[in-house]
Amino acid sequence: MIGGLFVYNHKGEVLISRVYRDDIGRNAVDAFRVNVIHARQQVRSPVNMIARTSFFHVKRSNIWLCAVSKKNLNAALVFQFLYKMLEVMGSYFGKINEENIKNNFVLIYELLDELLDYGYPQNTDTGVLKTFITQQGVKSQTKEETTKITNQVTGQIAWRREGIKYRRNELFLDVVESVNLLMSPQGQVLSAHVSGRVLMKSYLSGMPECKFGINDKVIVESRRAADSSSAAGATKSGHIAIDDCQFHQCVKLSKFDTEHAISFIPPDGEFELMRYRNTKDISLPFRVIPLVREIGRTKMEVKVVVKSNFKAVTKVEVRIPTPLNTSGVQVICMKGKARYKASDNAIVWKIKRMGGMKEWQLSAEIDLLNATDKAKKWTRPPISMNFEVPFAASGFKVRYLKVFESKLNYSDHDVIKWVRYIGKSGLYETRC
Amino acid sequence: SPKMQGVAASVSESLGNIRPWLQKVTTQAKTTDSKYFTTTRKGEIFELKAELNSERKDKRKEAVKKVIASMTVGKDVSTLFPDVVNCMQADNLELKKLVYLYLMNYAKTQPDKAIMAVNTFVRDCEDPNPLIRALAVRTIGCIRVDEITAYLCDPLRKCLKDEDPYVRKTAAVCVAKLHDIDPLLVEEQGFLDALKELLADSNPMVVANAVAAITEISDSAQTDTAADMLCWSGQLINKLLTALNECTEWGQVFILDAVANYTPTENNEAQNMIERVSPRLAHANAAVVLSAVKVIMKLLEMLDPNSDFVVSTIKKLSAPLVTLLSSEPEIQYVALRNINLIVQKRPDILKQELKVFFVKYNDPIYVKLEKLDILIRLTSAANIANVLAELKEYATEVDVDFVRKAVRAIGRCAIKVESAAERCVSTLLDLIQTKVNYVVQEAIVVIKDIFRKYPNKYESVIGTLCENLDTLDEPEARASMIWIIGEYAERIDNADELLESFLEGFADEQTAVQLQLLTSVVKLFLKRPTDTQELVQQALSLATQEADNPDLRDRGYIYWRLLSTDPAAAKQVVLAEKPLISEETDLLEPNLLDELICHIGSLASVYHKPPAAFVDGRGGGQVAKATKGLPSRLAAEAGGAAAAAAGAGGGDFGAGTGAPGRPAVSVIPTQESLIGDLLDIDMSGGATAAAAMAAASASTNQQPVDLLGEGLDSLLGGPAPSATSPVPPSGASAAAGGSGADSLADIFGGLGGGVGGGLGGGGGFDPPMETWLPAQKGKGLQIEGRFLRRGPQLSMELRLRNNAMQQLNGFAVQFNKNSFGLAPAQPLAMNPLAPQQSVTTLLPLNTKGPVQKMDPLLTLQVAVKNNIDIFYFACLIPMYALFTEEGDMDKRVFLSTWKDIPPENETQFNLGSYAHDADTASTMLRSFNVFTIAKRSVESTDMLYQCVKLTNGILVLAELKIVPQTNAYTLSLKSRHVEIYPGVHEAYLAVLKG
Repeated sequence: MIGGLFVYNHKGEVLISRVYRDDIGRNAVDAFRVNVIHARQQVRSPVNMIARTSFFHVKRSNIWLCAVSKKNLNAALVFQFLYKMLEVMGSYFGKINEENIKNNFVLIYELLDELLDYGYPQNTDTGVLKTFITQQGVKSQTKEETTKITNQVTGQIAWRREGIKYRRNELFLDVVESVNLLMSPQGQVLSAHVSGRVLMKSYLSGMPECKFGINDKVIVESRRAADSSSAAGATKSGHIAIDDCQFHQCVKLSKFDTEHAISFIPPDGEFELMRYRNTKDISLPFRVIPLVREIGRTKMEVKVVVKSNFKAVTKVEVRIPTPLNTSGVQVICMKGKARYKASDNAIVWKIKRMGGMKEWQLSAEIDLLNATDKAKKWTRPPISMNFEVPFAASGFKVRYLKVFESKLNYSDHDVIKWVRYIGKSGLYETRC
Repeated sequence: SPKMQGVAASVSESLGNIRPWLQKVTTQAKTTDSKYFTTTRKGEIFELKAELNSERKDKRKEAVKKVIASMTVGKDVSTLFPDVVNCMQADNLELKKLVYLYLMNYAKTQPDKAIMAVNTFVRDCEDPNPLIRALAVRTIGCIRVDEITAYLCDPLRKCLKDEDPYVRKTAAVCVAKLHDIDPLLVEEQGFLDALKELLADSNPMVVANAVAAITEISDSAQTDTAADMLCWSGQLINKLLTALNECTEWGQVFILDAVANYTPTENNEAQNMIERVSPRLAHANAAVVLSAVKVIMKLLEMLDPNSDFVVSTIKKLSAPLVTLLSSEPEIQYVALRNINLIVQKRPDILKQELKVFFVKYNDPIYVKLEKLDILIRLTSAANIANVLAELKEYATEVDVDFVRKAVRAIGRCAIKVESAAERCVSTLLDLIQTKVNYVVQEAIVVIKDIFRKYPNKYESVIGTLCENLDTLDEPEARASMIWIIGEYAERIDNADELLESFLEGFADEQTAVQLQLLTSVVKLFLKRPTDTQELVQQALSLATQEADNPDLRDRGYIYWRLLSTDPAAAKQVVLAEKPLISEETDLLEPNLLDELICHIGSLASVYHKPPAAFVDGRGGGQVAKATKGLPSRLAAEAGGAAAAAAGAGGGDFGAGTGAPGRPAVSVIPTQESLIGDLLDIDMSGGATAAAAMAAASASTNQQPVDLLGEGLDSLLGGPAPSATSPVPPSGASAAAGGSGADSLADIFGGLGGGVGGGLGGGGGFDPPMETWLPAQKGKGLQIEGRFLRRGPQLSMELRLRNNAMQQLNGFAVQFNKNSFGLAPAQPLAMNPLAPQQSVTTLLPLNTKGPVQKMDPLLTLQVAVKNNIDIFYFACLIPMYALFTEEGDMDKRVFLSTWKDIPPENETQFNLGSYAHDADTASTMLRSFNVFTIAKRSVESTDMLYQCVKLTNGILVLAELKIVPQTNAYTLSLKSRHVEIYPGVHEAYLAVLKG
């Protein structure tokens, strides 16, 4: 398992160094700095072997987080853990940067002691960690309290404590989809997929058992088959075919596998209940039609048409890349504001209120410096779009979320529920 | 939203207490802690010392923080050890944790002082607060000081049975820590039993940590009992799979990784396990998903591939794998490396998912390169249009490595899908027109392969290629271009001029280019002999007289001799039809692939290397570890017997079935580098090169195929044997000459005629079989063997095992020249070998083969051929196998011979002590043809005078002195050939040890 964990700043100075295993020496800290952070040629893999020691790293802004091992350990687990650690640190002290890490180094050491034992990840749930890693010391706690903590940390439902009470039981569901598209200049969809997340904020008392229903074809059909009485009812259309979904650890996976039922006892507060992916019948909110013409060596003409395919008003941004040797740009657009941003090598076109089912055009003339260095050819990066629309492009619908808490006296009807759909642009690109 | 914060604020009281506190702490910290990272000042250590001993608690705490910060940035603060340890008794948990952190770092360097901490540890292990008990047991296991370890056992035993699960889960891991320090102690103290009991614990995290500890310990178990004890049973696995539902995500990974080490005994069990593991495929944690995939991939091997269950399970795997590609880039990378393996093992799984491997503009380069690799593996006639359009796009990107790979990929598409070849070629031509230097070079390299695959089809593009001659500065591209010129010399009018221009800078070229240039000039000469004689002369003399590189010289001589003796034969050899190049490249060798499938998710699967290649073996581990392998299919009517067989063959956890670490036999480098480039068939097409050569030589002289000739000879650095023994033009290359034809050609002469008999036969001492060719190197064929002498007959006993998926047949064996002229006396009689079958056969040997002194002397290089390939390995002939029955001689002859050999040739060896007396020793040695000529006793010391005659007539005289009581044996050897002493010495040792 993980032999040691190091945190560096961008200069390669060590901010945190925790060694878990005897086979990792102090020189490992330097080996990573010399061979990866200060490497003459940028390292091209997140896993590197240096002198038979493997180094896994992720980088967040200017901070390098690095795990080391000399064993054949589970690589997927290492990266999952590193990301989890970033998440835990983030929820304790906010942004991951040098300043915050230095200021909280004692806390980080305390966390590292708890998150990993001999390099094996232990409980990494932020909510639970916060019940006992507070930098307070526990001397003041009573025996009951500590037992509660330890049961919680190691327990079956390690993500929720007992005895939570709310005056008002309330829950929020956000269906956040990121729409990804790669389109050819001719308008052919090369690949498109939606990766969706269902985020839940739960403020529920006790240990509530939740049942979640969505309009996935497989789930709906199997539910109906199981429940033959309602099978007589009219078959509703509008089911979608989810390619794959993944759940938070609170969801009973075996139950999902056998009965296609999503049931769980939620953590308190905010968490990601579910992630899904969909590739079929995606309603693409926008289409971009590019036309690029190179006129000689010093001039280019670009025409871009954006079409919206839905009924709502939203804000959109289109980024049209320009060559590195651009010397000047003249833009004309029918709607919104477009500006050439030299620092980004792009024309940024913002439309504050893009109406539904509309079509807008931008045209630009780009002046180029006479390129002397032929090798530095412009590679025509794709035109990308940023947007947020108030619907789920995959057609994903929440059918119900039922809450059962048998021990306390509130029922499903008493719970206030909010559902919201957001479609965001992921990588929404059109080649030109 | 403000509303929600309001709700959060009104949360229950306990939580309410903590959060404001937390806020306070972090904000307070903000103003203070980063100052500890300032650089060292003079006298800082002294100041710290004073602060650590301060009366005030808060001051001490601040001081410890400073110490830890200094430690982090690499300053040596070990001198503060006693002062820090003094702070340990504080009742502040935060401070305690910091002190423990310090102890873990420095205890090893100050063991005597670390003892001071023991009492506190022991006391803390009994603290009423379970968090403190756990902290103590967690820390104490990390302090690797023997004196402390001894104190650890009792508290650990208590903690393993603690009422609090938090303490128990920590204690479970502590057993693994202790095992790393002192494995025997753990076994003696019965901690393994205690650990096993924890598997039945009611708390899921305790179970998960116990599983992790057991997995780790069993990987480095010291004794067989320990390994056996930690072996998973079906019942246990069943329990673990139940616990899976309740564990944290990490615990699930530990359990799945342990389950992957278990091989079930029945089909039903395997199917049941798959059913229970597959829900994990929907877990949000990529490690859980990949470990579940690993278990399923392994178990699928046991089931009928055509059953509905297997088909539907395979279907289930694809979506989760694709989903992994929407994770963070580093996790995508791990997933892609694994998908690369999975696609090779089961191409069907992701057949339909081509598009998810399309490269995104913003993907990190490591993701791009991996996606491209998989894209090509999934390419087929059905999707080639899409792939090609993508590749064309990629070829215009900026990253040089990526662009090169994309260009190469276009070439691979052409070779893989014939219908698309034309489109690929025109795409490549477009790319060449871009004149981007590295794109052009890469394109030329792949076009060479396309010419190979589709001869006489795309030669029209040669003109375009020749235009770019001047821009080629990379050896591979130059070599490829030269190959093309040589290959199509008859169609390129100025081929001679082009080659001549290359020849001008011959000395400055890299070897690969030089070799290619030589071959191409010879090709040109054979095609247009009239006007290129001068050119070929020039090339040959450059190669033979001015080059330092032995390969180049050898190739030069071979061509020279071929051309000077029999130009027709030369034509048939050099211009022979080339074997087809394979469609798939970079495929992993099947055995390695299977092993890696068992390591899905781990580093091995990322590196595509077996763990042994990058993990240091633990010095102490005495129980041999089997490399992991996939289980084989069970018979449908799996009864008890079949089950047992599967258990043995399945690389079961802990039950080492593989070969333990014998000294590795040296394996001659693969034939690609040997035979392949002589004919310059291809850099990659070596496997089939031999066949081409066979075809060429068969047509010239109806002789059977010579397996080894060129291959081994070029390795040894001597010129190839040639049947007619011509006069070498320069006279420099005499050496080997004529031995070739008679020695090796007759090997396949007498086909049929089984070896039969031979096997069995009693008497003497049979050494254990050694692995000569591991299955990994033999593409599934594993060879073990040993040398036996039955009376006058020396033989080689071979056990061949087929670990590949297909039948192996067409076996033949050949020896290289060796010190004693050992050669097979008859061909190897082998029936086809079915998968998983193993056969033992006896190959009688004679000593009539060609002789060449080897280093080490007793090395024997062997080539074995089958329908797959030719494999080379080397083994050591035991010297006693060469002792003949003609060793007896008259006493007087012995005496005079002894005197004749100069005294400086005499060497003495201490053989150690043995229980046998002189007579027994004499009898034992006699059965190995060591003849006792005389015996003498001087002051009760026995002296045996012995003689040995080797197969090649070398005489070895020996004086064996046996001192009574101590029974110490001393051997003095005398022979004219001192280089055989070590072998004879070894032989004596082997015989006397029995």
